[in-house]
Amino acid sequence: MSVDKDTVRRIAKLARIALPEERVEPMVRELNGIFDWVQQLNEVDVAGVAPMTSVVEQRLKMRDDVVTDGGNAEAVVANAPLTEDRFFLVPKVVE
Amino acid sequence: MTLPSTPTDFTLAEARDAVRAKKISSTELTKAFVAAVESARSLNAFVTETPERAMAMAKASDARLVKGEAGALEGLPIAIKDLFCTKGVRTTAGSNILGNFVPPYESTVTQNLWNDGAVLLGKTNMDEFAMGSSNETSYFKPVLNPWRARNSNEGLVPGGSSGGSAASVAANLCLGATGTDTGGSIRQPAAVTGTVGLKPTYGRCSRWGIVAFASSLDQAGPMARTVRDAAILLKSMASVDPKDSTSVDVPVPDYEAMLAGGVKGLRVGIPKEYRIDGAPPEIDALWSKGGEWLKAQGAELVDVSLPHTKYALPAYYIVAPAEASSNLARYDGVRFGHRAAGIHDVLELYEKSRAEGFGAEVRRRILIGTYVLSAGYYDAYYSRAQKVRALILRDFTEAFKKCDVLLTPATPGPAFAIGAKTSDPVSMYLNDVFTVTVNLAGLPGLAVPAGLTRDGLPLGLQVIGKAFDEATVLRVGQSIETAANFAAKPATWWRAA
Repeated sequence: MSVDKDTVRRIAKLARIALPEERVEPMVRELNGIFDWVQQLNEVDVAGVAPMTSVVEQRLKMRDDVVTDGGNAEAVVANAPLTEDRFFLVPKVVE
Repeated sequence: MTLPSTPTDFTLAEARDAVRAKKISSTELTKAFVAAVESARSLNAFVTETPERAMAMAKASDARLVKGEAGALEGLPIAIKDLFCTKGVRTTAGSNILGNFVPPYESTVTQNLWNDGAVLLGKTNMDEFAMGSSNETSYFKPVLNPWRARNSNEGLVPGGSSGGSAASVAANLCLGATGTDTGGSIRQPAAVTGTVGLKPTYGRCSRWGIVAFASSLDQAGPMARTVRDAAILLKSMASVDPKDSTSVDVPVPDYEAMLAGGVKGLRVGIPKEYRIDGAPPEIDALWSKGGEWLKAQGAELVDVSLPHTKYALPAYYIVAPAEASSNLARYDGVRFGHRAAGIHDVLELYEKSRAEGFGAEVRRRILIGTYVLSAGYYDAYYSRAQKVRALILRDFTEAFKKCDVLLTPATPGPAFAIGAKTSDPVSMYLNDVFTVTVNLAGLPGLAVPAGLTRDGLPLGLQVIGKAFDEATVLRVGQSIETAANFAAKPATWWRAA
């Protein structure tokens, strides 16, 4: 299992991280170095083993379906790079 | 009790008792630590110092002390890793993407500490999003280890990711600090700075308000000068929190009171897989010595096997990046955090803001995580890694049928030079070879300083316990601490004149 340049371009797109063309080849090498090492997991016999889903056995907690928080619009937008009237501003999405 | 002449040399327990006995006020104590922090800027241990807040909190503590309303940590100055959200105080996670983020809320762990009267000195430097083992991935530049090799001025790393917290505890810049540990980020820096670091059981401390890295592995814990100090801090940090659905409903015991009793009759497992090729002989020698110390105090040593140990680190480098790629999807340049300039459409906004905001290691891990979770690869990578993880937990469960705790080395070596391992990610990852198994299995692990290398650099031992048995882990840690009698401190070369 190893990645090529096209795969790296595709996963960078999926991850929404701009990857300049000159960084694609070095990234292929870096990722393959890591994947080669991770490859040793294939030696392990995992037949019949259920994947771990929780480190500590416990039932997921339930709570009453009621409003516990809210009305903090100012705090919610306080760290936004660009806002207007408590709305987040983004570049035009629909022409 | 004879107290050290300099208040910054107090242990947290000594300072607590001195403050309660009115031998020193919180204001005097805090002033001394604020000055220590300022004089140690060359270590780069803090991203943000909060001296005004510290003095105001100290004043409030002194008022409560007069009224007899002292909390468990009343008036005691501590440092907080910059991964914990602190209301009104910038919280960066060591990243450019959160460079200007000022949380409008407080993390549960820090709120618990303030409720008990602790005083905030500042936010400590760390690897970006806790991804690193040397503090070199921080956007705010590396932290220097207060320790240097004998007859050398070479700058060493303090370990990571909680490198700033470890360095500030080692350099007596605070009475204790918080850290977080996803693959070893509390225990590894503690070991290479001669300090005590505890990763509690997963679910013991609330993750609410801690910037998320890998949610099934992340756990907050104390970093301190002594095992007793770590016990005191853990009691305040731990809680059952309705805001974190993975916080477990187990009452928080009085860990300090449970330190007494020693290790007589306790079965200490020695897992043979922790003897690795290429580790310096000093590591093995210290490990054997640790076993002998416990045996001399009445413990019984038991040989055990954890056969899947060597697969823990590769499994971690599937699971942790997968969870990170999901957690870090929230940084989009829209709601908070860095936003790229000169943008034409929304896709470009995401891609450029994230490319500019994340450092190289974080970008690399997001890409790994995106790949292993992508269509067609999920079973080959992620699902297989989670099955290996189940086997690692099974190894521990089997071993704990024969013993009460496990004793292992904490790290494969002492602190290394800045830049020594940055070019090869896998060699950097190997620093966590002894610590990462514990995160995958959710168990508590404690690093305790146990000796010095020939070059005079600290080394630690690790005690691993059963889930929610921090009390026994701490008790064994204290027995090692007593036997090792580790009293060495680094020379104070960093102090500004």
